[in-house]
Amino acid sequence: MFTPLTVTVVVTGLLLAVWCGYASFRDQPVKDWHYGGAALVELFALAQAVVSTVALAGGDRPAGDGSTVVFVCYLVAVPLCLPLTVVVSFTERNRWGSATVAVGAAVAAVLELRLADVWAGAAGV
Amino acid sequence: MSEAPTTASPGGRPDLKHGPGRLLVLLYGIFAVGAASRSLYQLSTRFDDAPVAYVLSAVAAVVYAAITFCLVRGGERARRVGLVCCAVELVGVLTVGTWSLVDPGAFPDATVWSDYGIGYVFLPLILPLTGLRWLRAAA
Repeated sequence: MFTPLTVTVVVTGLLLAVWCGYASFRDQPVKDWHYGGAALVELFALAQAVVSTVALAGGDRPAGDGSTVVFVCYLVAVPLCLPLTVVVSFTERNRWGSATVAVGAAVAAVLELRLADVWAGAAGV
Repeated sequence: MSEAPTTASPGGRPDLKHGPGRLLVLLYGIFAVGAASRSLYQLSTRFDDAPVAYVLSAVAAVVYAAITFCLVRGGERARRVGLVCCAVELVGVLTVGTWSLVDPGAFPDATVWSDYGIGYVFLPLILPLTGLRWLRAAA
């Protein structure tokens, strides 16, 4: 886990959620600029996944027993959120497509926070 | 994902997965996967800590999965089954929410429905209400 990356994913994810949420509010579909933003957030999420995988391979483990499985689940889940919702928005060219990407971005941010929690030893919840 | 021509199909088959339905499918899908993986993990690693809470999480996961399936499938029968499931979900979140507040001792560990879903920004309470509205409107 690399904390600056965690913060970046959470902040950019939430910003993207607000941006797409605003587009939905204004009754607009997802546009190229939004997709660019989504690609950027996805890039940070993937970077975090790579950094964490390297750490795991190097013998680092999240604090607390049995939390490695939970950590890996979250690690896989975060980079899936945006691609899945972006694909949905391709076929839903209206405000609901924007809302879908907004939810995907918000969920990615929340899962990234949980990922950091689990690394710090809070797998219990 | 096969794209059936739901909107143009004969007999006015209710289309439940487009427009606002997309958002519901996504949210119910997330909750189904989340609740299922969480309860699987908890039931398999520490069932004895809070059996009631973990079994309830598993039940919630099944209800969420059923609603997701109904929304994706569409059609009159799926719409009706979805309505029943949403009603079950609403009753569940209200019952467990009240129960967890009145008798916290029964829940050493939280469920999705504890305190009316406060840990999930009340989405467990908002979802069934929105779902019922959407399914009723789709008739």
